[in-house]
Amino acid sequence: MKNLFDLEKKINSELATKVKSSKINHEHICINIENENLLDVVLFLKNNNETKFKQLIDITAVDYPENERRFKLVYLLLSHEFNSRILIDFFINENEISTSLTSIFPSSNWMEREVFDMYGIKFKDHPDLRRILTDYGFTGHPLRKDFPLTGHNEVRYSEDKKKVIYEPVKLEQNYRNFDYESPWQGTDYIKSQNKKNNE
Amino acid sequence: MSKEKKTLNLNFGPQHPAAHGVLRLILELDGEVVEHADPHIGLLHRGTEKLIENKTYLQALPYFDRLDYVAPMNQEHAFALAVEKILNIDVPIRAQFIRVMFCEIGRILSHILNITTQALDVGALTPSLWGFEERETLMTFYERVSGSRLHANYFRTGGVHQDLPRGLADDIGKFCQNFPKVINDLETLLTDNRIFKQRNVDIGIVSKQDALDYSFSGVMLRGSGIPWDLRKSQTYECYDQIDFKIPVGKNGDCYDRYLCRIEEMKESVKIINQCLDKMPTGPIKSLDGKISPPPKNDIKESMEALIHHFKLFTEGYRVKKDEIYVAVEAPKGEFGVYLISDGSSKPYKCKIRAPGFSHLQAMDYLIKGHMLADVPAVLGSMDVVFGEIDR
Repeated sequence: MKNLFDLEKKINSELATKVKSSKINHEHICINIENENLLDVVLFLKNNNETKFKQLIDITAVDYPENERRFKLVYLLLSHEFNSRILIDFFINENEISTSLTSIFPSSNWMEREVFDMYGIKFKDHPDLRRILTDYGFTGHPLRKDFPLTGHNEVRYSEDKKKVIYEPVKLEQNYRNFDYESPWQGTDYIKSQNKKNNE
Repeated sequence: MSKEKKTLNLNFGPQHPAAHGVLRLILELDGEVVEHADPHIGLLHRGTEKLIENKTYLQALPYFDRLDYVAPMNQEHAFALAVEKILNIDVPIRAQFIRVMFCEIGRILSHILNITTQALDVGALTPSLWGFEERETLMTFYERVSGSRLHANYFRTGGVHQDLPRGLADDIGKFCQNFPKVINDLETLLTDNRIFKQRNVDIGIVSKQDALDYSFSGVMLRGSGIPWDLRKSQTYECYDQIDFKIPVGKNGDCYDRYLCRIEEMKESVKIINQCLDKMPTGPIKSLDGKISPPPKNDIKESMEALIHHFKLFTEGYRVKKDEIYVAVEAPKGEFGVYLISDGSSKPYKCKIRAPGFSHLQAMDYLIKGHMLADVPAVLGSMDVVFGEIDR
């Protein structure tokens, strides 16, 4: 394996203005960039003879609702030649549009569709930005932290209508998210009830 | 008079036996030639990643069995490794060998299923009957060690759930003696079979460059002649102590991928044999009380052990704030887990990188210009399982 520190230095010096910060974590190089530099950085990493990150492994996003720039987009690249991995990430706003990598890696097509489906992040120049994993006619973006675990709609077969119908989710009891880390305080909904009673 | 070109749209699946699960493939046909393929996936989407965010690390593990349900333990392995790396704990050497052994059993399970069903798709019935008998034997090994045939839930952070029951090692050894003969029998049915070759040779050819561009991994990559196997190149667990070879294809067609899988099964048998030979006695999970529960016998006598057990199975263990990507060589390719922990006992984010997802994505590229009858052959050689693609 090529020395990771050398590689990190190389990337830092070549992309000095574009890399905001870099570190080595668990044998991966992690670099933080800005949204608008994504294409340049990925093109450089793919084509430079000393990096050769020829394969896109995955694209994903992370939701931090409390942050001003809510989503972190993560790109994972792999270099077979130098046997190293790199993790590129940057933060974007909820309404900001990212850039599609389909012109560089055709495999990013579905990965971006998945990110769009799960988080609602749009990609510029994507040839076919449709939902991919969720149902036809689905609304909402399930992996956002504010999307409820139980979802909004459920399906069942209706004997009257002789077809499968959609209905709002009805739970026989509340979804209980036990907070075992501080059991003496009780779970969230008990805490809110207690608060009401005290008031 | 000009003739207008008319194409036919054909719905393949989602309930088609050759679709290997719930795949809805919309094919645009010109006569019998496929012009465009648009796979619709997600019919088996269960929101695994969302569910994992709401479960403790211990509770999250069984979800990995349900991804690629043909080789469950290989998936568990990736998650266990990810958590172990963040927590920086060592796995006892016996547990490492047990894990590797069961991962290779999983590889054989997956490859038998793939080879025989691919043969079934192109018209050969017998291989599946012979192969499934062996799968049944392998699944009883799963059952004896974990209690269930498919959804094992056997690996734990820091080791495995329990030690091998008495006699299991001998039985696995016996299986390894007999199984190479079964592989040979399968080969006599398929490798030189005229019909099988006509249906597979030069079908769905993937060039080296395209294999990289389309994020292929595993057999799909090796079949095209790229010698890349995470067990060797980014070795994990005790694979560095084991001697095995990586079969690589030449032409990148469906037939080469079939040959790679056959050879990989032979290598897996070798690995299992070496594991049985080299496996020392000793603990099978980490002795760190922060992660591993106390022994069952203690719980019945010691109050502290009972409390310890209770805390671990309700609150779970906390994992410090970190971010990691760990990949293992699953039977279908690179299976990765991208995990973000936030210091609590639940993962903040867990992205699962399924190899089949990128393979199926290339369906349009692979099938363009082929005949309709080649669709099942190509689909079969990609080895898709919808548990992991739809997640």
